[in-house]
Amino acid sequence: MSGTKGTRRGQAEWDRIATSAQFQDLLALKKVFIIPAFIFFLAYYFLLPVLLGYAPRLMATRVVGTVTLAYLFALSQFVMGWLIAWLYLKASAKFDALAQDILDKVNARQGGR
Amino acid sequence: MTLSLAVFAAFVASTLGITYWAARRSRGPSAYFAAGRRITAWQNGFAVAGDFMSAASFLGVVGLIALQGFDGFLYSVGGFVAYVTILLLIAEPLRNTGKYTIGDVLTYRLRPRPVRALTALTTLTTAIFYMIAQMVGAGALVGLLLGGSGVSYNTAVIGVGILMMIYVVFGGMLATTWVQIIKAMLLSACAVALTLLVLRHFHFHLLEFFAAASQVVYHRNGQPVVHDFLQSGLRYKPPHGPLDLISLGMIFVFGTAGLPHILVKFYTVPDAKTARNSVVWAMVLIGSFYIMTSVLGLGAAVIVGPDYVVTHGGTNMSGILLAQALGGEVFLAVVSAVAFATILAVVAGLTISASTSFAHDFWINVVHRGREIHSGETVLVARTAALAVGVVSILLAIALGPASNAGILATFGMAVAASANFPVLVLSIFWRRFNTAGAIAGLSAGLLSAIGLIAAGPNFMGIDPPNAVGAVHHLIQANPWFPLENVGILSVPLGFLAAIVGTLLSKEPTAEARFNELMVRANIGLDAEKAH
Repeated sequence: MSGTKGTRRGQAEWDRIATSAQFQDLLALKKVFIIPAFIFFLAYYFLLPVLLGYAPRLMATRVVGTVTLAYLFALSQFVMGWLIAWLYLKASAKFDALAQDILDKVNARQGGR
Repeated sequence: MTLSLAVFAAFVASTLGITYWAARRSRGPSAYFAAGRRITAWQNGFAVAGDFMSAASFLGVVGLIALQGFDGFLYSVGGFVAYVTILLLIAEPLRNTGKYTIGDVLTYRLRPRPVRALTALTTLTTAIFYMIAQMVGAGALVGLLLGGSGVSYNTAVIGVGILMMIYVVFGGMLATTWVQIIKAMLLSACAVALTLLVLRHFHFHLLEFFAAASQVVYHRNGQPVVHDFLQSGLRYKPPHGPLDLISLGMIFVFGTAGLPHILVKFYTVPDAKTARNSVVWAMVLIGSFYIMTSVLGLGAAVIVGPDYVVTHGGTNMSGILLAQALGGEVFLAVVSAVAFATILAVVAGLTISASTSFAHDFWINVVHRGREIHSGETVLVARTAALAVGVVSILLAIALGPASNAGILATFGMAVAASANFPVLVLSIFWRRFNTAGAIAGLSAGLLSAIGLIAAGPNFMGIDPPNAVGAVHHLIQANPWFPLENVGILSVPLGFLAAIVGTLLSKEPTAEARFNELMVRANIGLDAEKAH
């Protein structure tokens, strides 16, 4: 079912990798970025409909010419999304290096297949 | 008209060439369903963007902005930010743990048959809602372009349907992906050209453009009214407007990350890192395109005018009418041909995701309990399913008229994805305790509550005024039971709640024990499906 070539790994091996210090480090490192980033994203995004719905006068403020705060705030969502993407790409270089290290060790244990 | 056909014919010829090329390379299920997993990051970024920038955005969202101003732009914002969810939570684990469908990820540690049967059902439901949206767009387009030219609406729909079947049946995912890439490029180029024409109309003075957009004049009940299209509130009005807006946001942010035809694209790349990079490519393309929809929509409101739009093909035609007003017949022909190509490509993408899920999840894993009885069966079943989906969607399109906005129809599919697929996908990847009972409860509750609330909401229930002209006709003539047109605010929590309660009410030690395997695979890609 898993559709992989070679030996099917046993439960013991998955458990060993999952509980290894290095893998736990990787998870911790990912959590430190992903959880705050996702919470910030949700808060920033849902602030838009909340303010539009419950502070319509504020959002109708004309900032430059006839351009409203609502429109600028909506545009800023695109900047926010691109910024998170850029920061995530930067952070993920570390995740990839650590993941590769764990993979290499697993493969080495199998006798350098 | 003839030019439009010529541009469209060129697109068809090149995509058929690609299909022929793809069909010759296509050997075995991994090639057919996942393009051999050799699509690169930028290619997949364009393909994902192509799948997402459908008739619903180019025709539907531009139309919403043209008629209702800023509130329509919220569809663009929501559609874009949804990719943050995909980037941070879904794309990489999905690529590392699955093979062809969403069902693969779920069944790593859950009992496969009930879970796959239900995910096949939610996948098909989402695809059908989306398909209807595309077909309505196609219907409106044909009505505007071919009215009185001798080519009937039915002929055009049958033609589109047959082409889509050829791509999917013969070319599989590889052909579908390349059709999307080409179409995404054409559509982006059209949007850029049209945006520049709008800005040129205002002598490249942005403030002049926005000043015009702040006083759009149109007629309501014969009386002229002036509205500021840069302000919110034209679509979502009190008392329920605020909740409807939040609800719309939830559908986008969680629903896009549960759309089967988007998620399957992450199986076409070689590894999780490429999947991640392709999401970022898609975010750049989709973001730029959606920012432009606001210029196009407001431009259509100012230059073409809501009155003209309503009497010349309706809301879905705003962008097309804008092209005609600014670029003349030649530009109109090009933009319409590209819009047709968009519909064709997205319908092909939907068809392959639906037929893959049917063949892989339902036929092989539910009916045949995980084994191919005859070799090559999965691909054969998928091809047959694609033919069936093609025939059904042709019939649906002929039965439907260009009555409602394509952008709103697509949000129905997204509501199902947000309420049924997303909760179980996230809980399965991140919650050790999650189990089969939770998945069954979450998928069923999400699917039923989304569909039930949509049917009981103002889109289907309402009392039409006795002599309404051109307005959307309500299916059920009664006051709506559910006040919001966007159901996410209730149906997404219901999907999560059912999944959590279902889990806590049962025990499944194997599901918990196998969480370690899922976690390791998801995070480091050990034993992930390789490129062929």
